Amino acid sequence: MRRAVIAAAFLLAASLAWAVKMEPPAQEALDARLKKLETELRCLVCQNQTLADSNADLADDLRREVRALAMEGKSDDEIKAYLVARYGDFVLYKPPVKPTTWLLWFGPFALLVAGGGLWWAILRRRARMASPPPAATEEAQARGRELLDEQR
Amino acid sequence: MNSLRWSIPLAIFVVLVAFLWVGLGRDPREVPSPLIGKPAPAFRLARLHAPTETLSAQDLKGKVWLLNVWASWCVSCRTEHPLLVELAKSSLVPIYGLDYKDDPSAGRTWLAQNGDPYTASVIDRDGRVGIDYGVYGVPETFLIDKAGVVRYKQIGPITPDALKDKILPLVRELQQ
Repeated sequence: MRRAVIAAAFLLAASLAWAVKMEPPAQEALDARLKKLETELRCLVCQNQTLADSNADLADDLRREVRALAMEGKSDDEIKAYLVARYGDFVLYKPPVKPTTWLLWFGPFALLVAGGGLWWAILRRRARMASPPPAATEEAQARGRELLDEQR
Repeated sequence: MNSLRWSIPLAIFVVLVAFLWVGLGRDPREVPSPLIGKPAPAFRLARLHAPTETLSAQDLKGKVWLLNVWASWCVSCRTEHPLLVELAKSSLVPIYGLDYKDDPSAGRTWLAQNGDPYTASVIDRDGRVGIDYGVYGVPETFLIDKAGVVRYKQIGPITPDALKDKILPLVRELQQ
């Protein structure tokens, strides 16, 4: 009897523990999601580290905040918007496309197109300069033959 | 045609040098705050010197005020502090302190030792209000107008130049 009571107590305790913690698969999914999200966010203190990599105190707080928001059921975009409203676009490793960042996003392509155009123009000019001289006229050929004959 | 050959690369070079020159002079740690021009985030926190009483951003509506984020563990706050004490003496603008992620008793001791320029300080023990204000490098100072809108943010210690050339002129303008 005593054994049964102890076993029941253990079972109850275990089930309570489960109730408090999330189901393991859900917990893992959340962890994976947060891990991915945190690699897309910048730590403001050590600016070239992601939130996931940083050991800064603030990064700890922000990770906690991000987790709390995720637990509330906020989507990744809502969490990013929450941080952008406080810290600006700088927290995002991937800056949004908007007029102030057009140069950043499209500048390299514009440079590529400009460079390609320049290259093409130079190649064309070189090709024109290297083209063979116009074919000799009938008259000039006759004159040439005459001169060669004279030499002989 | 020949002049183009020289002037185009030269122009590109000059633009590039100008960009790099400006870039060199900027502090990469100063991230422009998205809060400028927006209402100051609300808070209601316990006062450092009267923990049973609270202070909220709402209470300060109708006056121009500075919110200075400080902490007893913050090294650069020591550099800034004499300037704040001086500013408080001039009573041009009230300074409110946000004691950020600090032990309240350590904060009180620190103020007792270094002077207390704050009309009141509030305790942000877990840094939640700091996050709402986008604080990432203490000290930081916000200038908030009568309508409760953030008008200026100083990241890092207030320098005498920043105070004279930016903050005080803006305070005077906003107080009118």
